[in-house]
Amino acid sequence: MTARSAFARLSVRDLAQIAIFAALIAALGFPGALSLGASTVPITFQTLGVMLAGAILGARKGFLAVLLLLVLAAAGLPLLSGGRGGLVWFTTSPSAGYPYGWLLGVVVIGALTAWLLPRYPFWPALGATVLGGIVAVYLIGVPVTAINLGLPLWAAAVDSAKFLPGDLVKVVVTVLVAKQVHRAYPGLITPRRTAPVSLPAVDARA
Amino acid sequence: MIGLYRPGTSLLHRAPALLKLGLLAVAMVLVGLVADPLVLAGELAAVVLLYALAGIPPTAAWPQIGPILWILLFAVPVQVLVAGGSVEGWTTAGLMAGRLLVAVALAALFTLTTTVTAVLEAFQILLRPFHRWVDADRVGLLVALTIRCIPLVAEIVREVLDARRARGAQGSVVALAVPVVVRSLYAADAIGEALAARGLDD
Amino acid sequence: MSVSAAGIRFEGVTHDFDGQPVLRGIDLHLTERRIGIVGANGSGKSTLARMINGLVTPTGGTVTVNGLDVRRQAKLVRREVGFIFTNPDNQIVMPTVQEDVAFTLRRRGLDATEIAARTSEALDRFGLTDLAERPAHRLSGGQKQLLALAAVLVAGPSIVVADEPTTLLDARNTRLITGLLVSLTQQVIVVTHDLEVLDGFDRVIVVDEGRVVADDVPTTALAAYLSLLS
Repeated sequence: MTARSAFARLSVRDLAQIAIFAALIAALGFPGALSLGASTVPITFQTLGVMLAGAILGARKGFLAVLLLLVLAAAGLPLLSGGRGGLVWFTTSPSAGYPYGWLLGVVVIGALTAWLLPRYPFWPALGATVLGGIVAVYLIGVPVTAINLGLPLWAAAVDSAKFLPGDLVKVVVTVLVAKQVHRAYPGLITPRRTAPVSLPAVDARA
Repeated sequence: MIGLYRPGTSLLHRAPALLKLGLLAVAMVLVGLVADPLVLAGELAAVVLLYALAGIPPTAAWPQIGPILWILLFAVPVQVLVAGGSVEGWTTAGLMAGRLLVAVALAALFTLTTTVTAVLEAFQILLRPFHRWVDADRVGLLVALTIRCIPLVAEIVREVLDARRARGAQGSVVALAVPVVVRSLYAADAIGEALAARGLDD
Repeated sequence: MSVSAAGIRFEGVTHDFDGQPVLRGIDLHLTERRIGIVGANGSGKSTLARMINGLVTPTGGTVTVNGLDVRRQAKLVRREVGFIFTNPDNQIVMPTVQEDVAFTLRRRGLDATEIAARTSEALDRFGLTDLAERPAHRLSGGQKQLLALAAVLVAGPSIVVADEPTTLLDARNTRLITGLLVSLTQQVIVVTHDLEVLDGFDRVIVVDEGRVVADDVPTTALAAYLSLLS
């Protein structure tokens, strides 16, 4: 494989899916886009978008969708929930680790989902989404909070626990949505188990 | 692409984005090393001066700084507790809070004085050494396509919400999210087809 | 290019999708300036139109445009054939009006001054100059379809294919877009439900259940289409 580009073998349809999911994650951060009624738990629906990107587009396209959104937000577009944007949220903010956690999380969810398709059984899918959408995200998010606030790790972990109930709801929503979407729109992720031995691509381009 | 940018003509607005990005990185490191409250106070004053120089009222930075102050309300007492409530504990906590404030205010200033286009161009220059792996054209296309898709998806979300209201249904989040995702995927198909029709098939 | 190669030629074209036949035994030679394709939903008429620019490749048979095979020379074919979709929202791929018109030209590798000149010329021609910097999503439905048309024509295709271009428009904008399509110097092929769009056309093809069931001057073909409906 030539190292021409991470994008080289993406079709125009893949490009459009990546862009539309990046846009979807942004739209889920808009105020009033969706609400869970009178919830006292701080919920940002953007993490739902991140989990959906992994569970629906798979590791590679999902990663690129999240990356694209983050690059635009870092560049100063107010695309993070609550209209936030700019380098602050990727560097010195106490929550600066979470965007990087999203990038890891979407890859974990995407890779594990490829193993679970086409059946996509509920409990394993739930486990995969918890692993990517919560464990992987917090794995980077919590230590960065500790570093940026100069706190011991346990204190940062306690602080982040307030997001846990909301994140668990989002995991369940992701699995239920992904199940239906994969049925309505098959072929988004190539299942790992049934994938034929991949042949060298016939590609005349340099 | 306006974003969080505050139009202006100050030196800070006119300085090249890449230079500002470099200075910001250096400043972040220096601020992180400060251990003397007096030096920190000087830096805070410098930040206020920089905002004045840019002609940006510090209130413009509030949406970015505000949420962090809330976290400090939690973090400062915890830090003092961890240090056993000693005077050093308070000093450490105060230094931490001050460093965070300076760093956040500086990063916010960068965002407020630099257009999105300029930042993206700076990113592109930083990516140049990696051109073997990252195709700048494709990245540019994806960025533009995403900005185009945001109103499109927002419209889809609005229509699905309206349809739910029209039916008087109080469906679950799942019942809302499925049509949003499926319609977004169909829109992606149509956009992919349009890209191909307009000559982007390589 | 030999004379016989000119125009659009379908030879023994069949198309299947998911194992279901969509088109069967299509043989056509399209040379007239104004050609309409009509048929019910699911008749295969949109697939037929998409084959002209290689968006759909036939399962069997060949489609050639001015002698170019749409399967093997899709890239060249797409320079000849501009395509207008039903929903301009999905056709507009760039954030602002001007960027979207320039997009097609940028793909051609033209230099910046040439792109700027041709873009402003196209914006002017379609009355979009005042909207050049406007985000595309803020345009009205009619303006969006105008933008789609401008973005296609700026690249100078010799054929324009439009797939139900007026379905989402009101009566006034339907007349505007139809008038523009008819006034083009290019060969124009319009897929439509709206028979008024076909006023002044040279030839109408009626597609039903994947086959061409009538192919004649508009009055005769449309009479066949109406009897098919009743």
